[in-house]
Amino acid sequence: MSDYIMPNLQREKIESYLNEGKRLDGRKVDEYRKLVVEDGVSKNSASAVRVKFGKTEVLAGVHLALATPYPDSPDAGTFMTSAELHPMASQQFDIGRPGINAIELARVIDRGIRESGFIDMKKLCIKEGEKVWQVFVDIVAINDDGNILDVAGLAALIALGRARMPIYNEKEDKVDGYSEKEGIPLEKDVLSFSMTFHKVGNAIVADVGKEEEEISKFRLTIAMGGTPLDTPLDKGQTGRANRTGQVSGKPRITAMQKGKAGTISDKDMETILKLAESKWAEMFPKVKEYVFG
Amino acid sequence: MMMVTNKGIYIKRNDGRKMDEVRPMTAKVGIVPSADGSAIFETGKTKAIAVVRGPRTLHPQHLQNAQAGVLRVNYGMMPFSVEDRIRPGPNRRSEEISKVTEWALSSVVDLSEFPNTVIDVFVQIPQADAGTRVAGINAAAMALAHAGIPMKEMVSAIGVGKIDKTLVVDLDKYEDSEFHDAEGSTDIPMVFTSRGKEIALLQLDGKISVDEFKETIKMAKKACEDILKVQMDALKNVTGEDDE
Repeated sequence: MSDYIMPNLQREKIESYLNEGKRLDGRKVDEYRKLVVEDGVSKNSASAVRVKFGKTEVLAGVHLALATPYPDSPDAGTFMTSAELHPMASQQFDIGRPGINAIELARVIDRGIRESGFIDMKKLCIKEGEKVWQVFVDIVAINDDGNILDVAGLAALIALGRARMPIYNEKEDKVDGYSEKEGIPLEKDVLSFSMTFHKVGNAIVADVGKEEEEISKFRLTIAMGGTPLDTPLDKGQTGRANRTGQVSGKPRITAMQKGKAGTISDKDMETILKLAESKWAEMFPKVKEYVFG
Repeated sequence: MMMVTNKGIYIKRNDGRKMDEVRPMTAKVGIVPSADGSAIFETGKTKAIAVVRGPRTLHPQHLQNAQAGVLRVNYGMMPFSVEDRIRPGPNRRSEEISKVTEWALSSVVDLSEFPNTVIDVFVQIPQADAGTRVAGINAAAMALAHAGIPMKEMVSAIGVGKIDKTLVVDLDKYEDSEFHDAEGSTDIPMVFTSRGKEIALLQLDGKISVDEFKETIKMAKKACEDILKVQMDALKNVTGEDDE
């Protein structure tokens, strides 16, 4: 990976602006770039979408395949997220098998979605212990202008939300095209999306641009989703809490990841959590609209 | 400290520990004689070995940094460390853990005296019962100190989390990956610096509210004070000769 070369003067300028709560592109420190979503990137998959935050752009597609379930969960489908940081997106990316940056990105997005329970894995079981649907989300970066992780995370959700369910032909044990009406089984209200905050200069910044990202001390990604108001289990009971279909207005965290060598002080953590909660409240209804739009 | 108990179905830990109790710990440095620094850290049934080699010239040359040395971490689980054999060599999980460990340790080492060199840290897990990355970081920090690498502070690591509605410290394998009832299990590895008490590593997967998460930070910070004592005691017990 080649280094991103930035003059010190530019670095100082970005930091001194941020120390006064300003950004070079005129955005507020907690302001996201404009989200653009385009559907129908590939007619051959369950779904494939194009998502942009400003100039940062990724494609994401969903594919479903028949598979054998894992022995420890014989009645559940499986889920896997992969990402490619392709050299077409940035001169910092190399051709070849996914490197650590692509692996980390895919795993953080995967955890946020998986842990939220957004995909109803039990409904992806065809025959217990024998046949289940395997859901693949594949992300390909097209242009890197900072914060690929949040864009890729949204793209993954939007691709899942718009994916068509394939039709299983039991007689011949194969897939017969896609259903016209049916999507993949999703729990809409627990949808969880990733927000990444960087410390640049003395400021906590949302949706970083390329240069801000390059000079940040640390980043913290938080995936937050809706909290279902389930009926809790009593002592001695086992299984999943009973779904009531209601959700609370408060978010729950489904994944977190700190990146880079900088350390997080108590004060920074407080700022980030506060910011994450208010951004989540603002963005959750909009993200839902995009995902199921 | 406020403990959240009796709220859910997990009101007694499977191994009888208190909710904020760390498993018994042992630590020792100087376990690999040919290394520049080495240590073993054990918590309960989890064992982590760390070996430091370097500073040594970094090859290929284009990876060198003329301002400071480079810290490079490789984490891996030994094939026999868990019940199902693990295929030797890197995988997606081990590559990610190597990277987050590298970030956590890089936050405290000062490599400005060693330009163009690399300091390799090898973390290996011979026996796993959850919490392997944090045990590995505890061992690695000790191995770096044992190797005499300049450090601004020490780091100590712990896994905290939530089992159903109960907040717990130092999850074992059952709590981390076999408890699926009700709200299931949330796993939060954290690393704290010894003096600044700042977070050098933070990961999370599960389902937890913001308030509960804040509480787990306090619990982790407290546990790391005990872990630091174990690390420092082991470092004080170096005799100079590594063999027994």
